[in-house]
Amino acid sequence: MKRWIAFWAIMGKDMRLYYLKPPNISWGIIFPLAWTGMFFIKSGSGLESVLALLPGVMTISILFGTTSILAVTITFERRSRSFERLLLAPISLELLMLAKTTGAILFGVINAFVPIVIAAFMADLSGIAWSLVIPAIILIGIVSTYLGLFIAVSVSEVFEAQTFSNFFRFPMIFLCGLFFPIMALPVFIRPLSYILPITYGVDILHGAVSNQNIMPLSLDFLILGAFCAVLFVLSLHNIKRRWIL
Amino acid sequence: MADKADKGAIIQVAGLTKSYGEVLAVDNISFQVNRGELFGFLGPNGAGKTTTINVLTGLARLGSGAIQISGIDCTRNPKAAQHLVGIVPDESNLYPELNGFENLCFCAALYGMPKNERQARARELLDTFGLTDAANRKFAGYSKGMKRKLTFAAGIIHQPPILFLDEPTTGIDVASARQVRQIIADLHRKGTTVFLTTHYIEEAERLCERVAFIVNGRIVRTDRIADLLQPVQGKNVLILSVSDSGGNLSEEATRCFPQYQLQFTPGQMRVESEETVSIGPLIRFLEERAVQVSEARRRHPSLEDVFVQVTGIEAGLMRKEKEKAAGGGNQ
Repeated sequence: MKRWIAFWAIMGKDMRLYYLKPPNISWGIIFPLAWTGMFFIKSGSGLESVLALLPGVMTISILFGTTSILAVTITFERRSRSFERLLLAPISLELLMLAKTTGAILFGVINAFVPIVIAAFMADLSGIAWSLVIPAIILIGIVSTYLGLFIAVSVSEVFEAQTFSNFFRFPMIFLCGLFFPIMALPVFIRPLSYILPITYGVDILHGAVSNQNIMPLSLDFLILGAFCAVLFVLSLHNIKRRWIL
Repeated sequence: MADKADKGAIIQVAGLTKSYGEVLAVDNISFQVNRGELFGFLGPNGAGKTTTINVLTGLARLGSGAIQISGIDCTRNPKAAQHLVGIVPDESNLYPELNGFENLCFCAALYGMPKNERQARARELLDTFGLTDAANRKFAGYSKGMKRKLTFAAGIIHQPPILFLDEPTTGIDVASARQVRQIIADLHRKGTTVFLTTHYIEEAERLCERVAFIVNGRIVRTDRIADLLQPVQGKNVLILSVSDSGGNLSEEATRCFPQYQLQFTPGQMRVESEETVSIGPLIRFLEERAVQVSEARRRHPSLEDVFVQVTGIEAGLMRKEKEKAAGGGNQ
């Protein structure tokens, strides 16, 4: 019980202090919508392309919303030494990092619903398999957050966190099938797509929205889950190695 | 190390060694702190004081050695005793965006305190530290002294039986430092075990029961204050404020006054003797050599004298260096 009081306190503090701040609104919501607008105009198609674009927009909203804030706030707390206060709390490192990341995951999930709400005014969403969309959004939220965590524990400065995040995020826009089908990519680039976790989340969303997944959905879920576990374990390992000197 | 803690020992450290890369920060130190004791850890900048606290509290990985806190073996699992420990670090590390009350409530929640309990405790501590009026002000807007006090309050929010204080009065104003010292003494009176690192030797002398001197990562002496002072108790010390460093007089003065131990520092001449010091001949000696004496005062031998004797480090220089690093403050 005591450990969960600490868990909720850390999560609540992060939500309050970091997630509803202007940089998040710009990175997590405005930026993905601007990208989508760009693709929408470039394609020259009408409202019928909304459903095709939706999986990409949802994913990019989660990805940018979670990674931008987590990587920066953890680095910032490390610099200001307030992270030490958390490390001194009588809770396990695993629970501490779960508390730090749960807020980001929730924020990512909320971000994903912004384009869904907008799309609801522009297209008929009744054909979407929501039972697949919801777990996919959560898993994409988790994997993006842990990617942000992995970045945060690999750098020391806030500006490094931003640079390093972009190094991962921007190639993902083009390589993970968000807006360009993986099969349309040159053959020698495709292996890169398959080592990126977001590819599997986007594939589930394509399957759920328009039944256009390229891999079996069970395999997508399995691989995405494995990425979540590996990134979390790697991040914990890095924290122990780099931060508890 | 024994399986169970020695009777009375709440912190036991055996052969603690810690390196950062090539730098040996703490070199094979051993000590124990007894239950309810106020134990001082004295040394200059870079001596290994903060590293020792970091290792004991789990913020740094133990290189080698063994640690037991309240009978719990923390050698392999430094988090095992964290619920028993409170830490006031050498720099304030609360959240600048939260106000004083929120910061304390947050810290209390980290130790699993329920909402009502943590709010009551936060109010109590804000009152104790004289911060009630600033409770709703953001931590970022606090003065240095207020930040230090709130950081102290956060360290004891969960009423830990063991408290680690890392330079608690460095860089803060006189009034705040006095208040902090008073609170340390009160906590000690109520039975809290306090591990205090400081470079203010007079502070340690006033507060601690036992101290360890640490220099270059090694403990050079551990003893009760009374036992450390005992050999210098019978000595007479006279401090003369002089207009000259007296460096060129040193040899001649030593020859003229073989019964005294003389030490010249800029603006000061220190005379130490087993017998009473006759001031007249000394002043005459100096004035005949055009050195003006503006003040002469008798001083009781202090822990500072013992520290200088044992470590060879000039305590005044150590204090100035630390204050410079902390950005001012005074005692």
